[in-house]
Amino acid sequence: MSENQWPVWEVFIQATPGIPHKHAGNVHATDAEMALQNARDLYGRRNEGINMWVVPATAITASTPEDQGSFFDPANDKPYRHPTFYKIPDGVKYL
Amino acid sequence: MQNNTLEYVLRLGDSSIIIGHRLSQLCGHGPVLEEDIATTNIALDFIGLGTNLLDYAADLQGNGATADTLAFMRGERHYKNLLITELPNGDFAFTTVRQFLFDVYQLYLYEGLTRSNDERLRNIALKSYKEIQYHVRHTAAWMLRLGDGTTESHERMQTALNELWAYTGEFFAADAVDSELLTNGVAPDLSAVHSKWLTHVSDIITQATLTLPTSTFAQSGSREGKHSEHLGFLLAEMQYLPRMYPDAKW
Repeated sequence: MSENQWPVWEVFIQATPGIPHKHAGNVHATDAEMALQNARDLYGRRNEGINMWVVPATAITASTPEDQGSFFDPANDKPYRHPTFYKIPDGVKYL
Repeated sequence: MQNNTLEYVLRLGDSSIIIGHRLSQLCGHGPVLEEDIATTNIALDFIGLGTNLLDYAADLQGNGATADTLAFMRGERHYKNLLITELPNGDFAFTTVRQFLFDVYQLYLYEGLTRSNDERLRNIALKSYKEIQYHVRHTAAWMLRLGDGTTESHERMQTALNELWAYTGEFFAADAVDSELLTNGVAPDLSAVHSKWLTHVSDIITQATLTLPTSTFAQSGSREGKHSEHLGFLLAEMQYLPRMYPDAKW
């Protein structure tokens, strides 16, 4: 069965103008147009956004669980890397 | 005038309800999960449009009629849906070609209805037009994929196209109701809808490497409530619950 599965595409949706696309999930499809339509039917029917990307899952290079330590842990004891010491103006919504 | 508007709205509403019910029968039977969801979504769009139209028809009719009584308490001889909408789903090629031919027809018909003089009909059309555009995009993509696919998919698509072609003549056969509503600016000109439909459909059929059927034989009868043997079975299933339990609420 699994060898008959269509390729997987990752779906990203932009909720409003100016903010980044967010990962919404994935779909099976034989081509990009079908992936976009399937994504619309699965993730776009409830007013989720204004723009959609589909990306072949095979095009994504991911870090491995073994990378977690060297990639992320060093940040734990460096609170100055987090911009929590700044005052954010009231008008800024998406920071 | 009022009676002709009622008749016209019933025809539109019945076609939407019946093709929506047909498609809903594929729920849980799609070739892949994603297509199953897409098909069911489209079925819901049709049933939603049909409900809006039958709501309007019920108001025109009066005498306590509702969209529900129109949908569930009329027999096949009183249904005015186009014959193509009641045909069984067949294989996926047949469903795809049926939907494609009907979706493109709806596209240009409802494009015209968005400019109707009848305010309520115009608003219903405006609400559904974007959904209809999406339906065409969905089925046209499958036409290309399967028509220009494998030898088997190509053959199945051509067979379905040849069989379904006879049901498209009825789309454009204007009678006295259509003529009067056209004169009053309520309904679009079916001959204009026909030429746009033919251009669009021919273009996709050619791109899909399929052959446009040359047969001009056209099935007819839905305007007089004369249907294929399939509608009775469809209505029996669709109407069973409300007829068996008329007071059921949920």
